Amino acid sequence: MDKLLFGDNQFFGINHMSEEKARAQAMRFQDLKAVIDVLDIAYEEGIRTFMCTTHNRVEAICDHVRANQSRYPDYQFYPCMPYAHKYADTATEVGVIGLIKRFTPQDGIISAAIRGGMSFATKDIEGITTLLIDSEMKMFHGLKTPVIFLQNVVVDLLLGLGMKQAFKIFADHVRSRYNAEPGWITMNMPMLLDVLDEIGIENPIVCSNINKIGFRMCGGVEAYGRALRDRKFRAVAMSVFASGAIPADEAVSWVCEQPNIESIVFGASSRSHIRNTKELVDAKWHPALDRL
Amino acid sequence: MVRLAIVGLGKMGLSHLSIIKVHPDVDLVGVCDTSRYLLDMIGKYTGAPVFSDFDSMLRTAKPQALIVATPSRFHESIVRTALQHDVHVFCEKPFCLSWTDSNALAALAESKGLVNQVGYHYRFVATFQEMKRLLDVKAIGTVSHVLAEAYGPVVLRPKGMTWRSQREEGGGCLYDYAAHPVNLLNWFFGMPGSVGGTVIDSIFSKETDDEVYGTVRFVNGPSAQLSVNWSDESYRKMTVKISAWGSAGRIVADRQECQVYLRGDANQLSGYKKGWNVRYTTELTKPVWFYLRGEEYSAQLDYFVESIASANRANVNSFAFAAQTDHVLSMMRDDANSTHTNAGSARSSKKAVDRH
Repeated sequence: MDKLLFGDNQFFGINHMSEEKARAQAMRFQDLKAVIDVLDIAYEEGIRTFMCTTHNRVEAICDHVRANQSRYPDYQFYPCMPYAHKYADTATEVGVIGLIKRFTPQDGIISAAIRGGMSFATKDIEGITTLLIDSEMKMFHGLKTPVIFLQNVVVDLLLGLGMKQAFKIFADHVRSRYNAEPGWITMNMPMLLDVLDEIGIENPIVCSNINKIGFRMCGGVEAYGRALRDRKFRAVAMSVFASGAIPADEAVSWVCEQPNIESIVFGASSRSHIRNTKELVDAKWHPALDRL
Repeated sequence: MVRLAIVGLGKMGLSHLSIIKVHPDVDLVGVCDTSRYLLDMIGKYTGAPVFSDFDSMLRTAKPQALIVATPSRFHESIVRTALQHDVHVFCEKPFCLSWTDSNALAALAESKGLVNQVGYHYRFVATFQEMKRLLDVKAIGTVSHVLAEAYGPVVLRPKGMTWRSQREEGGGCLYDYAAHPVNLLNWFFGMPGSVGGTVIDSIFSKETDDEVYGTVRFVNGPSAQLSVNWSDESYRKMTVKISAWGSAGRIVADRQECQVYLRGDANQLSGYKKGWNVRYTTELTKPVWFYLRGEEYSAQLDYFVESIASANRANVNSFAFAAQTDHVLSMMRDDANSTHTNAGSARSSKKAVDRH
């Protein structure tokens, strides 16, 4: 994985520190052109990986890259699925069963099982899961997607429920159908590592908040530090600036001092911010950490 | 260890189950739902003991505590049964569809010394806690007016297939959305004396309401306006915002930040200065042991469990407190159904809804 990955929160009105900032961003990036301009700036600065959700609007970005392959020869996407709000609002509207029905074919075993109120075998869970993954991945056809992430709302829901098998199903399908590495996004990194260990997923790619103030690092900064030091996994650090709460220099210095961080995903909306971040990371990235 | 069961595996039920299952002080002894499909899935993949019958679960699993996340119309009977079995109860909001039922259950829980809590999670959001703290120390002086808003993109087309779209079942914007800002008003200012000018209308829904507007008046307190609309696509997700105007300034708080404008010298208020001050969730929110969707969801369940474990009966978000909100919603419902004053001669009741 590259050292720096570009995130998409700023494009879709997401800012975990301030709703006001989020709205200003949402307004600014309503037009596809505004989004592409920023992605192009990041690309010029050498950032060629876009770690994005499967928001409907990402499809237009995919169309653009597909239509301009010669401009983006080595561009790659790390899709993060599912875009939770799409499903949450549907669940509120039509219930959890209605949600499952809406995203699966009308005929077949699953529909019958629901109607018949019967229990069913593992295969059907796999069926639903793989169908959902494929549905989420449609927009990326023809594009490079070497890593495919499962979003934190789903990861952490399954983690708490203890539905470990679902992680295995995700990993297997991503590998076999898309020839990609599975990745997991979580707010509960130490807990997730234990579970992935248990089900035999080795050296996983795990993306979680890693920042100086411990913002949304469940288990605590020390537990995260221990995990980074002692456990075998490929860490992607997100929210390194804690949505803007930590000054850039301080934030990057701290993250680069942590062991075993393979990549940093960050979002920005101006050339100066993108360049500044890249320069800070280049300057402070500890040579011993550079495995590439 | 607290032996805990949960009934209702909808969106909130699953979320609560996930959080509570990894609480270090909880022993999950039962999971109940009417859907065989979900029950089997949960039983098979989580190993939790599942029950398709509620009474059977109470008898067999003998929980000390129960989380109720069923459709609202079942809250009263399920909570009553649980209390009669001496079980501490956490119930989703709105508490009961009839506020007199809410009060009766509050009295029952109180008489048995049982922990009772309703899922008004905004009370566990640090920015609103900060706003409450500032109001209590009169940071902005005497509050004259409050605007309580909630917007979201829940119902954007004329479809209605679940209990959520049936008013009598506790569905609709009033019970589902408006309950939250109303509850915050209850928390900040108590029980209002009257409501007026209430508008409860449909925008897209066939069977229930999508928007709620009205005036709420607190005796020896501020006036308040409620503005709630769950058919607004411009919001990415549910957004609650409370603004308070006072003689000494203004406070505006949402889930992420608390903005405070102070007129005079704020020398009594440590960390605040004259003019604009902003506090963000990043600095206010305490970490939780497990995070799913928001610290407040974990914090409220942790409060419930710890209250039982430590025999603490402070009961933040108690049944009695939730009953206030149910009462206000009922007042608003009655007010909306009454006739209005027209500029013209003819009297009319609710305005006709324009269907496209």
